[in-house]
Amino acid sequence: MEAVSAVPTPESVAAPALRKRPGVLRRFSRNPFAVAALGYLILVIAAAVFAPAIAAYDPNRIEMGATLLPPSADHWLGTDESGRDEFTRLLYGARISLTIGAAAMLLSVILGSAIGALAGFFGGMVDALTMRLTDAMLSIPIFFFLLTVLAVFGSAVPTMIIAIALSSWMTAARVVRAEVLRTINLDYVAAARALGAGSWRTVLLHLLPSAVPSMMVASTIGVGQAILTESALSYLGVGVQPPTASWGNMLSNAQNYFFPAPLLAIWPGMMILFTVLSFNFIGDSARDTLSPYQN
Amino acid sequence: MTRYIVNRLVQSIVLIAFVSMLTFVLIHSAPGGPAVLLAPDMSKEQIERARKDLGLDDPIPVQYARWAGLVVRGNLGKSYSQGLPVTDLLARRLPETLELVFTGLALAVIAGVIIGIVSARKQYSWTDKVLTGFSFFGMSVPVFWFGLMLIIFFSINLKILPSAGSYTLGVPASILDRLAHLILPAVVLATANLAQIARYTRSSMLEVLNSDYLRTARAKGLRERAVMNRHALRNALIPIVTVVGLMIPRLVSGVAITESVFAWPGMGSLAVDSAVQRDYPVVMGITLMVSVLVVVTNFLTDLSYLFLDPRVKLK
Repeated sequence: MEAVSAVPTPESVAAPALRKRPGVLRRFSRNPFAVAALGYLILVIAAAVFAPAIAAYDPNRIEMGATLLPPSADHWLGTDESGRDEFTRLLYGARISLTIGAAAMLLSVILGSAIGALAGFFGGMVDALTMRLTDAMLSIPIFFFLLTVLAVFGSAVPTMIIAIALSSWMTAARVVRAEVLRTINLDYVAAARALGAGSWRTVLLHLLPSAVPSMMVASTIGVGQAILTESALSYLGVGVQPPTASWGNMLSNAQNYFFPAPLLAIWPGMMILFTVLSFNFIGDSARDTLSPYQN
Repeated sequence: MTRYIVNRLVQSIVLIAFVSMLTFVLIHSAPGGPAVLLAPDMSKEQIERARKDLGLDDPIPVQYARWAGLVVRGNLGKSYSQGLPVTDLLARRLPETLELVFTGLALAVIAGVIIGIVSARKQYSWTDKVLTGFSFFGMSVPVFWFGLMLIIFFSINLKILPSAGSYTLGVPASILDRLAHLILPAVVLATANLAQIARYTRSSMLEVLNSDYLRTARAKGLRERAVMNRHALRNALIPIVTVVGLMIPRLVSGVAITESVFAWPGMGSLAVDSAVQRDYPVVMGITLMVSVLVVVTNFLTDLSYLFLDPRVKLK
């Protein structure tokens, strides 16, 4: 059965060396889910960027005569409890959620990789200090820490980006450190050093590249986590403040009108789900595409 | 080994002191102070007297030293808003949270590791795609939204599972009743966390499956079962130990959202309430307890490396 098929035949072992690997884009485009996800994300990003041109309404204009309307030709997804156009608010919510998610992830991956590489490469005191810092950060109940920070410093968008990044770099740091520790004693690294590669060169060219597939997984989780964290904070009322629309605070409003307008509780949740899902599909596909042992 | 353990112990105490100090300074710098002092019916004199009684006018380092002095003797102080000793509050809430966290974690680890291994061994098959799709769903779905959807489906439409609390009031306690209350929140918690375990298992397993030493193991004629159990799984599971170890404090944090969706009477909801009300002693008590739990978990995670990977040496 599978035990047989899992044993590589001489042909499959020899194949990668003989056949030229197709290009990165070609391999990426073979995964229909990743391509669909990329298409969806481009659409959402474009819609967010051009929101003022696409939306026919002001996202914050209250119209008490038109509350909780069902979807119609005028209001494609209906209106909320204050008569604001739901479709318009979803577009403007995309701006906030995508900005916070992307910026926070980028900041946390850069910070985490740098710290993890330092710790793994230099070892000793550097390792002890940075890893104790990582432990310290991981020992604070993160979500609770964010609640406290945002309660003290307010919840402006830049504050949220920095707070989420500062609370989420630790996974990246530990993944990179583990990978550096795993590879640093391998022969090829010793060979590179023997050939005179300096510290920077060794870290950047020989140690970090082996961490790239793991970091793809980690930063994928990073974008997802950042968008989910933002929405959860906004849902609990300490994140993006009304009247500014974010997918999270739209959900906490919709929860109170579940019986008259159940769809209002569906849309923002779907937007979060599909957006995070898309980032994850693309990241996963990139991992498979970039891994040096696969074709 | 003994030296290692002593080192770790000292580090752990420093770590806990650092975390508690950071949180203490942070929460005490909140403008306005604790919410109990913001009651509209209090006069200026009453507020000033209350501040003095609570010792809030002292410099923060003095306040921290006083708090730490009491903690060493097992006294976490009294809650500002409920008037009860913090240790009593924690003792009442902790078992509820642990019950939820461990059920959720156990479900997540079992399902996540199985999903990850099956996905990796049948990479690109339909099984892989469906399982991967499911774990993608788990890591992409907002916990609070998923919880609400489950409540709507199972509690409101089908009416087969309770939507709130950890037991039914006024009914004799029974295991079945508790289990019924546990199912939805535990499933929500597990779904949100199994994805991470499944993804790391799959990715780690794939890397091992494509490694040269596995090819060597097969080339020297080992049976597939031995190749998998002795060579592949053992190495593939090392990163997963880290991920699970890392997940526990996150679970404690994430449980706050689950608990507030399902009105579960645990520490998560207590943590959210006390942070919003700036109930300093409760905030500090929860922070301290979670820090200790995490330090112990980290230590166990690092120790497990010794047994899992002979190349790792503890210094």
